[in-house]
Amino acid sequence: MKFPPFRAPTAHPDRAGSRTGLRTTKLLAVAAAAALALGGCAPAGGDQETIVVAIVANPQMRDAVSLQDDFKSKHPGVDVKFVTLPENEARAKITASVATGGGEFDVVMISNYETEMWAANGWIDNLQPLADATEGYDTGDFIPTIKDALSYEGDMYSVPFYGESSFLVYREDLFKEAGITMPKNPTWDEIGEIARELNDPAKDFAGICLRGLAGWGEVMAPLDTVINTYGGQWFDTDWNAKLNTPEVKAAVTDYVDLLHDAGQPGAATSGYGDCITRYSQGKAAMWYDATAMVSSIEDPASSLVAGKSQYAPAPVKETEAAGWLYSWSLAIPSTSEHKDAAWDFVSWMTNKDYIKLVGNQIGWERVPPGSRQSTYEIPEYAAVAKAYAKPTLDAMYSAKQSTSMVNPVPYPGLQFVGIPEFQDLGTRVSQQISAAIAGQKSVDEALKQAQQYAEPIAKSYQEGGK
Amino acid sequence: MTTTTTPAPVTPTTKSDERKSREARRRFTGSSITTVTWLLAFIFFSPVIWLVMTAFKPESLAASNPPVFFFVPTFEQFGAVLAGGAGGYFLNSLIATGVSTVLVILLAVPAAYAVSIRPVKKTQDVLFFFISTKMLPVVAVIMPIYVIAGQLKVLDNIGTLIILYTAMNLPIAVWMMRSFFQEIPAEVLEAASMDGAGLIKTLRTILMPMVTPGLAATALICVIFAWNEFFFALNLTAANAATVPVFLVSQMTSEGLFLAKLSAASVLASLPVVIAGWVAQKQLVRGLSMGAVK
Amino acid sequence: MANTLVDRHNLKQHARKEPKDGDGRSKAEGWRRRGPLLPALIFTIIVTQLPFLVTIWYSLRNWNLLRPDGNQFTGLQNYVDIFMDSTFRSSAVNSIVITLGCVFLAMVLGIIFALMLDRKFRGQGVVRTMLITPFLIMPVAGATLWSISMLNPSFGLVNWVISLVGIPPVDWTASYPIVSILMALVWQWTPFTMLLVLAGLQSQPKDVLEAAQIDGAGWTKTFLWVTLPQLRRYIELGVLLGTIYVVNTFDQIYLMTAGGPGTASANLPFYIYQRAFLGFDIGQAAAMGVVVVIATIIIASFALRLIFRSFDAKD
Repeated sequence: MKFPPFRAPTAHPDRAGSRTGLRTTKLLAVAAAAALALGGCAPAGGDQETIVVAIVANPQMRDAVSLQDDFKSKHPGVDVKFVTLPENEARAKITASVATGGGEFDVVMISNYETEMWAANGWIDNLQPLADATEGYDTGDFIPTIKDALSYEGDMYSVPFYGESSFLVYREDLFKEAGITMPKNPTWDEIGEIARELNDPAKDFAGICLRGLAGWGEVMAPLDTVINTYGGQWFDTDWNAKLNTPEVKAAVTDYVDLLHDAGQPGAATSGYGDCITRYSQGKAAMWYDATAMVSSIEDPASSLVAGKSQYAPAPVKETEAAGWLYSWSLAIPSTSEHKDAAWDFVSWMTNKDYIKLVGNQIGWERVPPGSRQSTYEIPEYAAVAKAYAKPTLDAMYSAKQSTSMVNPVPYPGLQFVGIPEFQDLGTRVSQQISAAIAGQKSVDEALKQAQQYAEPIAKSYQEGGK
Repeated sequence: MTTTTTPAPVTPTTKSDERKSREARRRFTGSSITTVTWLLAFIFFSPVIWLVMTAFKPESLAASNPPVFFFVPTFEQFGAVLAGGAGGYFLNSLIATGVSTVLVILLAVPAAYAVSIRPVKKTQDVLFFFISTKMLPVVAVIMPIYVIAGQLKVLDNIGTLIILYTAMNLPIAVWMMRSFFQEIPAEVLEAASMDGAGLIKTLRTILMPMVTPGLAATALICVIFAWNEFFFALNLTAANAATVPVFLVSQMTSEGLFLAKLSAASVLASLPVVIAGWVAQKQLVRGLSMGAVK
Repeated sequence: MANTLVDRHNLKQHARKEPKDGDGRSKAEGWRRRGPLLPALIFTIIVTQLPFLVTIWYSLRNWNLLRPDGNQFTGLQNYVDIFMDSTFRSSAVNSIVITLGCVFLAMVLGIIFALMLDRKFRGQGVVRTMLITPFLIMPVAGATLWSISMLNPSFGLVNWVISLVGIPPVDWTASYPIVSILMALVWQWTPFTMLLVLAGLQSQPKDVLEAAQIDGAGWTKTFLWVTLPQLRRYIELGVLLGTIYVVNTFDQIYLMTAGGPGTASANLPFYIYQRAFLGFDIGQAAAMGVVVVIATIIIASFALRLIFRSFDAKD
């Protein structure tokens, strides 16, 4: 780190000072320009195109990253760069980029929450023409509830990488040992009873694992399905906020009490990931969460309880079903300058061959589930997924507002409210719930604050006449 | 350390005995202070030991209860981290840290020289301004920076990070360099100017060698803060310019076991700065005690 | 006593009267002095102040990124909203608690460690190396190390240690989020204050200490009446620099508690980040930023003047 070797001037010292300044400025300008150029240069190798793909850091997406050689061999002209981030960070970055037209990404991973709104805003491209023009892609093969959820005005604007609903996993071996049988369609009351019976804090063993981490994609996902089946809702058809109704209160109180009495320690900060760790370490008797859990807990390499579980439908109270519907899907932002290459990649990652590729190269239990009906007809997959294939499909087919909610609502979505404000509202409400789970607030206080957050939004929709 | 409270040896009879026993007691107290020092240092350092141990574990032992202290170390996690494309992130961090540090020094040395040896009017206001920019929460400007960078098409660009890191470290660097310039005795400069040497020559041949240790200290501090910077990197980079802290965060998944691999990545990410800091401990002390030493 | 250049120079300045205005020589003189300062000054103004002007502009608009239709001028509505927002207030309180708590604890520990290191003993260098390491560990790595490896309720090392003395497991980041964050922060910043205090101790004139000892002052008295006053500058500097960095803490909160449970451990930087990158409520986030900047400037100008005085005081 030496001072730059300026040539010693022979001029009068009085002038020298100002010259130093001038030169330094020039030097700096050059250095800054060089710095900018340094980062700006993309590998310019003939017709080679580079696309940037933003995905969520879940195991199935990591598998896709590890299989990229297959894509490269089929599309030698396209270089793929991945940005892999945990869910919350990925969502924040992708939303900021797409909404401001930042243009960093050519392919983004979004969900059924964003797809319809973003399509309406013109932020993402219509993929239907591209899909129809791609031989053997077959959008009709996607599971109908998922396909609907990813369509806007009848066209698909994002295509599913995997889809999920929710169900209850339980340790069949422990249930047998304790002489308990899981009801065919369990209710939350029955689950509460079983969880309290099997809970054994002295052995660090929880009766049930449920998410408690703040975040609309964390605690709110399972809790909203509980609220739905208890007859609660976020807004009624006249856009009145409904978060302090007796139904919502009963649902949240039961959820919080259940976690308190028989849930995992650290519930208020445990999300999906913590629950996977806990359940696959054999430290919980039951777990109500995403159907996608199977690829982790049934994988003998990472789970101590592989093959020891059975699956029951999402517990209910007033409705016939209660599962959610969610899909991680791929979309192409309208700012992308490499749309054809982007579609090459999107179609590679979501077509039928990809499923087989994962199955053959990595293992059939790691196949991204819940996107294509044909996946469930592959004999190898049917064999490893014997325990959960049918429960998964049943849950996905029945994940509709008509079967899972008591009252009609003016918004799309089961475990979320399909309005732009929900990311924020859901997060703030989830923070209140999380505080209630941690015991820092009562459920009443939490819901009172939640209602206050929801009211201005409700009002803006009433005024907007939407 | 119950030994420290042990009563003094039996009553001394003669003066020389007394002196001896006092001597012994002092030595004894000394050695028990040393023991306490070692113990406290070990406790304080233990998270680092634990981090390194976890990095050498197979994933199945990393998140176990009770903790596993004896195991066969494996390089599996380091291999996985390096195979997972860590190289590009390290290169980006290296460029961002290196170039921004050079820029900071280029800007800070003349500025510090101006405010210390040839004070301009309201020197204090200028210094105050510099340091006050350091107090402003960066979150207050992240959205405009994001939007402006998006419009200039310099999102996910190392150059953007370099400029921001330069601005981030410049105030501290000016302050530090100022204090080092102030330590130079006036006679040195006066003798030099009497020889008829020009200002730049004076600066280059006489002043700079005298502040070289200070310069090294300043550069080291800048390197530490730039290498470790997370907020800008998180929000302004994606695939092309992402730095090591972003790589670390991307090692955390919302599913599955990742602790051992994350620990290995943490060790690798921290290693360059830890080694630099260990080697240059003396400079670190000097650098941090800027201004206070006169 | 004019033994440094600056002192000399200042004396000279005092001795000779300022040249009259309009004098060409004084203009050149002014530029000669100001010149080297300008690049740094201009650079800092462009990179830090211009975006802030944009922030002020955003703060007057009702702009939610997710509703492209709603970007309108709303005057001071955003400011009214944030003053009604109880989370904004609690985040401000958390900011203060975290900053003061961390700086104070790090300073106390730093002084203790520095005193321990300021004597000759076997392995001194090794112990110093061990003690400075947490400052060098990447904060992102340190935060995940604490939140996962150390404080996890089921397999964290801390719970295992306290279980040895029969304390049941504690769910640190959920039950004591601020304490957990403070652990990671104090751990990271203690070496920093320790190094500063150590520099102060080592620059202490030994004759004063010896004189005190000859006077028969005990260790405690010597420390309180001789050492501590001499360390004042170093301690103030540590407090100032520590505050500057800790008040903007983001990494640890983002990675350890995400501001939770609820918003129990959100400080202002984290809350504003959430408003901007989760709520995408740019107008409100910008207004919060402006308020924080104004508050910071007010507090900082008091604090800085204080420090400046002690720095430039000539004994």
